[in-house]
Amino acid sequence: MSDQDKIYSTKFQDRIERSTVLMFVMVAMVVAVGGIVEIVPLFYLDRTMTHLSPDVKGKVASKEISPIVWQRQPGQTLDDWKPGDGVRPYKPLELAGRDVYVREGCYLCHSQMIRPFRDENDRYGHYSVSSESMYDHPFQWGSKRTGPDLARVGGKYSDEWHHRHLMYPREVVPESVMPNYVFLDKGKVDAKQIKKNMEAMRSMPFYPAPYTDADIASAKDAVEGKTELEALIAYLQSLGNHIKFTEGVNYRD
Amino acid sequence: METTQAASAKYDMDVVRWFSIAAVIYLVVGTLIGVWIAAELAWPFLNFDIPYITFGRLRPLHTNAVIFAFGGCTLMAAGFYIVQRTGATKLWSNRLAWFTFWGWNLIIVLAVITLPLGITQSKEYAELEWPIDILIAIVWLAFGLNYIMTIAIRKASHIYVSNWFFMGMIVMITYLHVVNSLAIPVSLTQSYSIFSGVQDAMVQWWWGHNAVGFYLTAGFLGIMYYFVPKQANRPVFSYRLSVLHFWTLMFGYVWLGSHHLQYTALPDWTGSLGAAISLAMIIPSWGGAMNGMMTLSGAWDRLRTDYILRFLVVSLAFYAMSTFEGPVMSIKTVNALSHYTDWTIGHVHSGALGWVAMVAIGALYHMVKKLWNTEMYSDNLVNVHFWLTTIGTVVYVVAMWVSGIMQGLMWRDYDEYGTLTYTFVESVSAMHPYYAMRAIGGIIFNLGAWIMLYNVVMTVRQASAARGINVVPAKA
Repeated sequence: MSDQDKIYSTKFQDRIERSTVLMFVMVAMVVAVGGIVEIVPLFYLDRTMTHLSPDVKGKVASKEISPIVWQRQPGQTLDDWKPGDGVRPYKPLELAGRDVYVREGCYLCHSQMIRPFRDENDRYGHYSVSSESMYDHPFQWGSKRTGPDLARVGGKYSDEWHHRHLMYPREVVPESVMPNYVFLDKGKVDAKQIKKNMEAMRSMPFYPAPYTDADIASAKDAVEGKTELEALIAYLQSLGNHIKFTEGVNYRD
Repeated sequence: METTQAASAKYDMDVVRWFSIAAVIYLVVGTLIGVWIAAELAWPFLNFDIPYITFGRLRPLHTNAVIFAFGGCTLMAAGFYIVQRTGATKLWSNRLAWFTFWGWNLIIVLAVITLPLGITQSKEYAELEWPIDILIAIVWLAFGLNYIMTIAIRKASHIYVSNWFFMGMIVMITYLHVVNSLAIPVSLTQSYSIFSGVQDAMVQWWWGHNAVGFYLTAGFLGIMYYFVPKQANRPVFSYRLSVLHFWTLMFGYVWLGSHHLQYTALPDWTGSLGAAISLAMIIPSWGGAMNGMMTLSGAWDRLRTDYILRFLVVSLAFYAMSTFEGPVMSIKTVNALSHYTDWTIGHVHSGALGWVAMVAIGALYHMVKKLWNTEMYSDNLVNVHFWLTTIGTVVYVVAMWVSGIMQGLMWRDYDEYGTLTYTFVESVSAMHPYYAMRAIGGIIFNLGAWIMLYNVVMTVRQASAARGINVVPAKA
């Protein structure tokens, strides 16, 4: 140990080390910076969201590309939406299925975020854009692919395939390491809860789901008597076909 | 409170004893769950069609058990130990410390109940639902207040470097926990995050990386800065380096979360910024690792006889290695390959097993000897534990490196016709040997934890017998 090390580095550092309050205040300020710089702009920079990004917005306005967010006409129900009409909030059964997806921790092995690489384009489809998950409270991008990405799994397989695969994955895909989700076939969706869940989604401070009163009023009937497996399949079938992407257009800035 | 040694009159050490024992137990439990879920990925029949033990439900229990049960109890034991010793004072409030102990363990019990039931917010390392989140905030603030007030009433003129790191952790984890847990409850057991999509992802990984950066790094660096010099019986190598290490780490770590979201729908600028700062973080990280390592200069021969010191030194080697690996993985070109693969899992475990667990184990052994004023029941078993930990970690990490890089390469491989060479499931079956190897690495590591538990229990019993009293008091 050198003698120099016995000298304090600076007078200010010495003052900080002598004062609990000063140390606390300095630390509290220093650790706040990074988060503020990286997170806060995501709430106001238009380019963060595909549908607000000026270039994309212009192309949608000139009908050069399909809409990013579904513009619902008065009197339309969620069932009037067609794939490619733009991002919409989840239908009641899909939302219930999404709760099952979250509960079972599916996101721990399946991502829902396709990166703009050739192989991911060939394997999963068009790269994901931010507006596609704007109604996802919380997000389900995932961080690990023990199984394949599911961002565009909707419509790729039949409901029957999903049913068999979720019940006994290895009957359909022998090499799979997914658990058998047989118990989802016995569980029933809690119909009493769905209204409350949709209302919570509608009252979100950021990107609330634009549910109408009619959507919420009809929700209970839509999920009544459905199994958790049916709900989960409905959710999976809703993933990734909301936007009709045009080749060659840059959707990410 | 019974007095078991002379130091007890000077310090409040009973709560530290209880936290230490709890930490050792949770090390066994947390890594055991890890072994189980590792085995589930290798041999999926082990899910047994029982919802409560499927991989998706047990994985959060594993991460919570090792991070918050084992890591948390270690941090609180070591924190309360260090803050008293370095300030030459008792705790500001011994009662609040006991509240922290029971509160924290209540949270752990609630986690053990709710996570297998599938009650989760689905945010990695922040899965616990909103009522438990509120409880965490209360107990954490009780810990923080007590800690900082104990610093305030210290008898030493300067605040010791360990306490800077602990203070940084206390403040930052409070920020992170509060913001990332903001949610609208829809029932007692369910809530939805107020953020969505891209913003939610950024908030989550701001939390996710700093649970690592502050909880598992800053806090454990505080442990390192106390126990390495103590065990080596040498002063910290460089005071100046520790000042540099501290402030750059406090400022820089916070920015890294966005490197978890490279090439996702997060704007490019955010990810690139995260990667740039990640690379710069090699400087404080290696500064800290060097500072710890060089503390041993002139005392290297002690590694031959001091098995506890071995844990501490090897932990620093793993710390240096994983803080080099991390920045490399944050570079976009590398991340394009490594993201979504087992390489990430390997990286996490070289940090978690190699660095966090090793430095914690070293500190716990050191504390057990001091707290019960005795020698270990068996030094040889400490040595056996050291080798099991080291070998288990290396086997685990190597398995995940190979499987991760292999996955990444298989996914992006094209044949001469310009089509994808492998289907996804071919990559899954190619992982099997490495998943089995990972489980074996985990078993070896877990075996070491059992040996530690046995050794610690025997040490405490031996010390109690020698004194003819119960060391662990029946009543708090």
